[in-house]
Amino acid sequence: MAEHASQPVNQQEHAHEARFPWQYVIGFVLSLILTIIPLELVLHHVIPLSPLTWAALACAVLQIFVQLFLFMHFTSTGGSGPAYHSVTLTIGFLFAFLFVGASIWIMTFNNIAS
Amino acid sequence: MSSSVAASHHAAHHAEGIHVDHPERSVEYQTEDGSLKILGFWIFLATDMILFACLFAMFVVLRTHIDGGPSGKQLFDVTGFTEETFILLTSSFTGGIATFEMHRGKKGRVIGWLILTALLGLSFVGLELKEFIHYAHIGATIQRSAFLSAFFTLVGTHGCHVSVGILWMTSIILQVAKRGINPITARKVFIVNLYWHFLDVVWVFLFTVVYLMGVM
Repeated sequence: MAEHASQPVNQQEHAHEARFPWQYVIGFVLSLILTIIPLELVLHHVIPLSPLTWAALACAVLQIFVQLFLFMHFTSTGGSGPAYHSVTLTIGFLFAFLFVGASIWIMTFNNIAS
Repeated sequence: MSSSVAASHHAAHHAEGIHVDHPERSVEYQTEDGSLKILGFWIFLATDMILFACLFAMFVVLRTHIDGGPSGKQLFDVTGFTEETFILLTSSFTGGIATFEMHRGKKGRVIGWLILTALLGLSFVGLELKEFIHYAHIGATIQRSAFLSAFFTLVGTHGCHVSVGILWMTSIILQVAKRGINPITARKVFIVNLYWHFLDVVWVFLFTVVYLMGVM
Protein backbone atom coordinates (compact mmCIF):
# COMPACT_ATOMS: atom_id res chain seq x y z
CA MET A 1 0.00 0.00 0.00
CA ALA A 2 2.78 2.37 0.92
CA GLU A 3 4.40 1.84 -2.46
CA HIS A 4 1.15 2.55 -4.23
CA ALA A 5 0.71 5.73 -2.25
CA SER A 6 4.21 7.00 -2.99
CA GLN A 7 4.06 6.35 -6.72
CA PRO A 8 1.94 9.37 -7.73
CA VAL A 9 4.22 11.62 -5.66
CA ASN A 10 7.23 10.39 -7.61
CA GLN A 11 5.41 10.98 -10.86
CA GLN A 12 4.63 14.50 -9.76
CA GLU A 13 8.29 15.13 -9.02
CA HIS A 14 9.16 13.92 -12.49
CA ALA A 15 6.54 16.23 -13.93
CA HIS A 16 8.24 19.16 -12.19
CA GLU A 17 11.54 18.28 -13.81
CA ALA A 18 9.89 17.85 -17.21
CA ARG A 19 12.20 18.09 -20.20
CA PHE A 20 9.50 19.73 -22.27
CA PRO A 21 7.61 22.84 -21.04
CA TRP A 22 4.12 21.33 -21.44
CA GLN A 23 2.60 23.72 -18.93
CA TYR A 24 3.69 26.73 -20.99
CA VAL A 25 2.74 25.20 -24.34
CA ILE A 26 -0.76 24.37 -23.05
CA GLY A 27 -1.04 27.90 -21.64
CA PHE A 28 0.04 29.42 -24.96
CA VAL A 29 -2.42 27.33 -26.98
CA LEU A 30 -5.24 28.20 -24.56
CA SER A 31 -4.41 31.92 -24.74
CA LEU A 32 -4.43 31.75 -28.56
CA ILE A 33 -7.80 29.97 -28.57
CA LEU A 34 -9.25 32.45 -26.05
CA THR A 35 -8.13 35.31 -28.30
CA ILE A 36 -9.32 33.84 -31.59
CA ILE A 37 -12.82 33.02 -30.23
CA PRO A 38 -13.82 36.63 -29.36
CA LEU A 39 -12.05 37.94 -32.48
CA GLU A 40 -14.07 35.64 -34.76
CA LEU A 41 -17.30 36.29 -32.86
CA VAL A 42 -16.88 40.05 -33.18
CA LEU A 43 -15.66 40.17 -36.78
CA HIS A 44 -18.42 37.92 -38.09
CA HIS A 45 -21.16 39.27 -35.78
CA VAL A 46 -22.17 35.73 -34.89
CA ILE A 47 -24.33 36.70 -31.92
CA PRO A 48 -26.22 39.88 -30.88
CA LEU A 49 -24.30 42.78 -29.30
CA SER A 50 -24.99 42.29 -25.60
CA PRO A 51 -24.15 38.56 -25.36
CA LEU A 52 -21.19 39.29 -27.63
CA THR A 53 -19.80 41.75 -25.08
CA TRP A 54 -20.21 39.23 -22.27
CA ALA A 55 -18.65 36.42 -24.31
CA ALA A 56 -15.60 38.57 -25.15
CA LEU A 57 -15.24 39.58 -21.49
CA ALA A 58 -15.57 35.96 -20.36
CA CYS A 59 -12.71 34.95 -22.68
CA ALA A 60 -10.58 37.78 -21.28
CA VAL A 61 -11.30 36.69 -17.69
CA LEU A 62 -10.38 33.08 -18.57
CA GLN A 63 -7.08 34.39 -19.94
CA ILE A 64 -6.29 35.87 -16.50
CA PHE A 65 -6.49 32.34 -15.10
CA VAL A 66 -4.34 30.92 -17.91
CA GLN A 67 -1.58 33.46 -17.23
CA LEU A 68 -1.84 33.23 -13.43
CA PHE A 69 -1.85 29.46 -13.08
CA LEU A 70 0.11 28.23 -16.09
CA PHE A 71 2.68 31.05 -16.52
CA MET A 72 3.00 32.98 -13.25
CA HIS A 73 3.16 30.01 -10.82
CA PHE A 74 0.39 31.67 -8.82
CA THR A 75 -0.19 28.77 -6.43
CA SER A 76 3.51 28.07 -5.89
CA THR A 77 5.79 29.82 -3.42
CA GLY A 78 8.77 27.57 -4.14
CA GLY A 79 8.43 26.05 -0.67
CA SER A 80 8.60 29.39 1.16
CA GLY A 81 5.28 29.01 2.99
CA PRO A 82 1.67 30.03 2.36
CA ALA A 83 0.81 31.91 -0.84
CA TYR A 84 0.24 35.26 0.92
CA HIS A 85 0.38 37.04 -2.43
CA SER A 86 -2.99 35.52 -3.34
CA VAL A 87 -4.56 37.65 -0.57
CA THR A 88 -3.20 40.94 -1.92
CA LEU A 89 -4.09 39.98 -5.47
CA THR A 90 -7.64 39.04 -4.45
CA ILE A 91 -8.05 42.45 -2.78
CA GLY A 92 -6.63 44.02 -5.94
CA PHE A 93 -9.20 42.19 -8.09
CA LEU A 94 -11.98 43.31 -5.73
CA PHE A 95 -10.95 46.98 -6.04
CA ALA A 96 -10.47 46.72 -9.82
CA PHE A 97 -13.94 45.19 -10.22
CA LEU A 98 -15.49 47.79 -7.88
CA PHE A 99 -13.87 50.79 -9.61
CA VAL A 100 -14.92 49.72 -13.10
CA GLY A 101 -18.33 48.30 -12.11
CA ALA A 102 -19.30 51.21 -9.86
CA SER A 103 -18.20 53.76 -12.48
CA ILE A 104 -20.36 52.12 -15.14
CA TRP A 105 -23.27 51.84 -12.70
CA ILE A 106 -23.16 55.46 -11.51
CA MET A 107 -22.91 56.76 -15.07
CA THR A 108 -26.16 55.01 -16.01
CA PHE A 109 -27.86 57.82 -14.04
CA ASN A 110 -26.20 60.43 -16.24
CA ASN A 111 -29.04 60.34 -18.77
CA ILE A 112 -31.64 60.99 -16.08
CA ALA A 113 -29.79 64.04 -14.74
CA SER A 114 -29.20 65.73 -18.06
CA MET B 1 15.60 19.10 -7.29
CA SER B 2 17.71 16.35 -5.71
CA SER B 3 19.61 17.10 -2.52
CA SER B 4 23.01 16.65 -4.16
CA VAL B 5 22.20 19.23 -6.82
CA ALA B 6 20.92 21.55 -4.12
CA ALA B 7 24.10 21.02 -2.13
CA SER B 8 26.35 21.78 -5.11
CA HIS B 9 24.28 24.88 -5.81
CA HIS B 10 24.73 25.86 -2.19
CA ALA B 11 28.49 25.47 -2.40
CA ALA B 12 28.73 27.37 -5.67
CA HIS B 13 26.65 30.27 -4.42
CA HIS B 14 28.51 30.37 -1.16
CA ALA B 15 31.69 30.91 -3.18
CA GLU B 16 30.04 33.90 -4.89
CA GLY B 17 29.26 35.37 -1.48
CA ILE B 18 25.51 34.73 -1.66
CA HIS B 19 24.04 33.51 1.60
CA VAL B 20 21.57 30.74 0.78
CA ASP B 21 18.97 30.43 3.55
CA HIS B 22 16.90 27.62 2.02
CA PRO B 23 18.81 25.34 -0.40
CA GLU B 24 15.82 22.96 -0.60
CA ARG B 25 13.59 25.57 -2.28
CA SER B 26 13.15 26.48 -5.93
CA VAL B 27 16.18 28.62 -6.89
CA GLU B 28 14.47 32.05 -6.96
CA TYR B 29 13.18 31.51 -3.40
CA GLN B 30 16.45 30.26 -1.89
CA THR B 31 17.34 33.48 -0.07
CA GLU B 32 14.93 34.92 2.50
CA ASP B 33 15.43 38.30 0.82
CA GLY B 34 14.44 36.85 -2.57
CA SER B 35 11.24 35.30 -1.19
CA LEU B 36 10.24 38.64 0.35
CA LYS B 37 11.01 40.51 -2.87
CA ILE B 38 8.78 38.15 -4.88
CA LEU B 39 5.96 38.70 -2.37
CA GLY B 40 6.62 42.44 -2.57
CA PHE B 41 6.40 42.33 -6.33
CA TRP B 42 3.02 40.58 -6.21
CA ILE B 43 1.82 43.44 -3.96
CA PHE B 44 3.12 45.93 -6.55
CA LEU B 45 1.22 44.06 -9.27
CA ALA B 46 -1.99 44.35 -7.21
CA THR B 47 -1.51 48.13 -6.95
CA ASP B 48 -0.60 48.42 -10.62
CA MET B 49 -3.77 46.52 -11.43
CA ILE B 50 -5.75 49.15 -9.47
CA LEU B 51 -4.04 51.89 -11.53
CA PHE B 52 -5.17 50.19 -14.74
CA ALA B 53 -8.66 49.60 -13.29
CA CYS B 54 -9.01 53.38 -12.77
CA LEU B 55 -7.90 54.06 -16.35
CA PHE B 56 -10.32 51.39 -17.64
CA ALA B 57 -13.16 52.95 -15.62
CA MET B 58 -12.32 56.34 -17.16
CA PHE B 59 -12.21 54.86 -20.67
CA VAL B 60 -15.50 52.97 -20.32
CA VAL B 61 -17.25 56.12 -19.11
CA LEU B 62 -15.82 58.35 -21.87
CA ARG B 63 -15.73 55.97 -24.84
CA THR B 64 -18.91 57.34 -26.43
CA HIS B 65 -17.90 61.01 -25.95
CA ILE B 66 -16.35 61.51 -29.38
CA ASP B 67 -17.42 65.17 -29.77
CA GLY B 68 -17.97 64.86 -33.52
CA GLY B 69 -14.47 63.42 -33.97
CA PRO B 70 -13.48 59.92 -35.07
CA SER B 71 -14.91 56.94 -33.17
CA GLY B 72 -13.08 53.71 -32.38
CA LYS B 73 -14.96 51.99 -35.18
CA GLN B 74 -13.59 54.49 -37.71
CA LEU B 75 -10.05 54.46 -36.31
CA PHE B 76 -9.14 50.94 -35.30
CA ASP B 77 -7.50 48.66 -37.83
CA VAL B 78 -8.37 45.02 -37.10
CA THR B 79 -5.18 43.62 -38.66
CA GLY B 80 -3.05 46.08 -36.69
CA PHE B 81 -4.41 45.37 -33.22
CA THR B 82 -4.64 41.63 -33.92
CA GLU B 83 -0.93 41.59 -34.82
CA GLU B 84 -0.09 43.49 -31.62
CA THR B 85 -2.14 41.00 -29.61
CA PHE B 86 -0.53 37.87 -31.05
CA ILE B 87 2.97 39.35 -30.69
CA LEU B 88 2.38 40.09 -27.01
CA LEU B 89 0.76 36.68 -26.36
CA THR B 90 3.77 34.99 -27.95
CA SER B 91 6.21 37.10 -25.92
CA SER B 92 4.43 36.10 -22.71
CA PHE B 93 4.95 32.46 -23.73
CA THR B 94 8.64 32.92 -24.60
CA GLY B 95 9.16 34.72 -21.26
CA GLY B 96 7.58 31.72 -19.55
CA ILE B 97 9.99 29.39 -21.35
CA ALA B 98 12.86 31.55 -20.01
CA THR B 99 11.59 30.84 -16.46
CA PHE B 100 11.30 27.14 -17.32
CA GLU B 101 14.92 27.02 -18.55
CA MET B 102 16.04 29.01 -15.50
CA HIS B 103 14.63 26.27 -13.26
CA ARG B 104 16.71 23.76 -15.24
CA GLY B 105 19.82 25.93 -14.81
CA LYS B 106 20.43 26.51 -18.55
CA LYS B 107 22.06 29.93 -18.67
CA GLY B 108 22.42 30.21 -22.45
CA ARG B 109 18.81 29.25 -23.11
CA VAL B 110 17.52 31.69 -20.47
CA ILE B 111 19.41 34.49 -22.22
CA GLY B 112 18.19 33.38 -25.66
CA TRP B 113 14.51 33.23 -24.66
CA LEU B 114 14.75 36.55 -22.82
CA ILE B 115 16.30 38.21 -25.89
CA LEU B 116 13.47 36.83 -28.04
CA THR B 117 10.91 38.09 -25.48
CA ALA B 118 12.44 41.58 -25.44
CA LEU B 119 12.56 41.67 -29.27
CA LEU B 120 8.88 40.71 -29.48
CA GLY B 121 8.18 43.45 -26.92
CA LEU B 122 10.13 45.89 -29.06
CA SER B 123 8.14 45.02 -32.19
CA PHE B 124 4.92 45.42 -30.17
CA VAL B 125 5.95 48.93 -29.05
CA GLY B 126 6.99 49.71 -32.64
CA LEU B 127 3.57 48.72 -33.99
CA GLU B 128 1.83 50.73 -31.29
CA LEU B 129 3.93 53.81 -32.06
CA LYS B 130 3.11 53.41 -35.77
CA GLU B 131 -0.58 53.22 -34.85
CA PHE B 132 -0.41 56.36 -32.64
CA ILE B 133 1.52 58.34 -35.29
CA HIS B 134 -1.04 57.35 -37.92
CA TYR B 135 -3.89 58.56 -35.67
CA ALA B 136 -2.12 61.87 -35.02
CA HIS B 137 -1.60 62.38 -38.77
CA ILE B 138 -5.32 62.03 -39.51
CA GLY B 139 -6.22 64.46 -36.72
CA ALA B 140 -7.12 61.93 -34.02
CA THR B 141 -4.87 63.46 -31.36
CA ILE B 142 -5.16 63.24 -27.58
CA GLN B 143 -6.78 66.72 -27.49
CA ARG B 144 -9.49 65.89 -30.06
CA SER B 145 -12.13 64.36 -27.78
CA ALA B 146 -12.70 62.86 -24.34
CA PHE B 147 -12.74 59.42 -25.99
CA LEU B 148 -9.30 59.99 -27.53
CA SER B 149 -7.88 61.46 -24.30
CA ALA B 150 -9.00 58.35 -22.45
CA PHE B 151 -7.79 56.08 -25.26
CA PHE B 152 -4.25 57.51 -25.45
CA THR B 153 -3.93 57.63 -21.65
CA LEU B 154 -5.01 54.02 -21.17
CA VAL B 155 -3.20 52.43 -24.12
CA GLY B 156 -0.19 54.75 -23.69
CA THR B 157 0.21 53.80 -20.01
CA HIS B 158 0.34 50.15 -21.03
CA GLY B 159 2.84 50.98 -23.81
CA CYS B 160 5.05 52.81 -21.27
CA HIS B 161 4.93 49.75 -19.00
CA VAL B 162 6.04 47.52 -21.89
CA SER B 163 8.85 49.95 -22.81
CA VAL B 164 10.12 50.00 -19.21
CA GLY B 165 9.85 46.20 -19.19
CA ILE B 166 12.12 45.97 -22.27
CA LEU B 167 14.82 48.14 -20.62
CA TRP B 168 14.49 46.14 -17.38
CA MET B 169 14.68 42.81 -19.19
CA THR B 170 17.78 43.97 -21.13
CA SER B 171 19.57 44.76 -17.86
CA ILE B 172 18.66 41.33 -16.50
CA ILE B 173 19.91 39.61 -19.67
CA LEU B 174 23.27 41.36 -19.10
CA GLN B 175 23.31 40.30 -15.44
CA VAL B 176 22.58 36.66 -16.26
CA ALA B 177 25.27 36.75 -18.97
CA LYS B 178 27.81 38.12 -16.49
CA ARG B 179 26.92 36.22 -13.30
CA GLY B 180 25.10 33.11 -14.52
CA ILE B 181 22.06 31.66 -12.74
CA ASN B 182 22.26 32.06 -8.97
CA PRO B 183 19.52 32.72 -6.37
CA ILE B 184 19.76 36.48 -7.00
CA THR B 185 19.72 36.55 -10.81
CA ALA B 186 17.09 33.76 -10.80
CA ARG B 187 14.83 35.88 -8.59
CA LYS B 188 15.28 38.79 -11.03
CA VAL B 189 14.43 36.64 -14.05
CA PHE B 190 11.36 35.32 -12.21
CA ILE B 191 10.14 38.80 -11.22
CA VAL B 192 10.63 40.44 -14.63
CA ASN B 193 8.59 37.60 -16.12
CA LEU B 194 5.81 38.12 -13.55
CA TYR B 195 5.73 41.75 -14.74
CA TRP B 196 5.67 40.65 -18.38
CA HIS B 197 2.82 38.16 -17.91
CA PHE B 198 0.90 40.83 -16.00
CA LEU B 199 1.28 43.26 -18.93
CA ASP B 200 -0.01 40.55 -21.25
CA VAL B 201 -3.15 40.17 -19.09
CA VAL B 202 -3.67 43.96 -19.15
CA TRP B 203 -3.32 43.92 -22.93
CA VAL B 204 -5.92 41.14 -23.23
CA PHE B 205 -8.37 43.54 -21.56
CA LEU B 206 -7.27 46.43 -23.78
CA PHE B 207 -7.81 44.17 -26.79
CA THR B 208 -11.28 43.22 -25.53
CA VAL B 209 -12.62 46.44 -24.02
CA VAL B 210 -10.93 49.07 -26.21
CA TYR B 211 -10.42 47.42 -29.57
CA LEU B 212 -12.98 44.58 -29.94
CA MET B 213 -15.80 46.55 -28.31
CA GLY B 214 -14.62 49.56 -30.31
CA VAL B 215 -15.18 47.81 -33.65
CA MET B 216 -18.42 46.02 -32.61
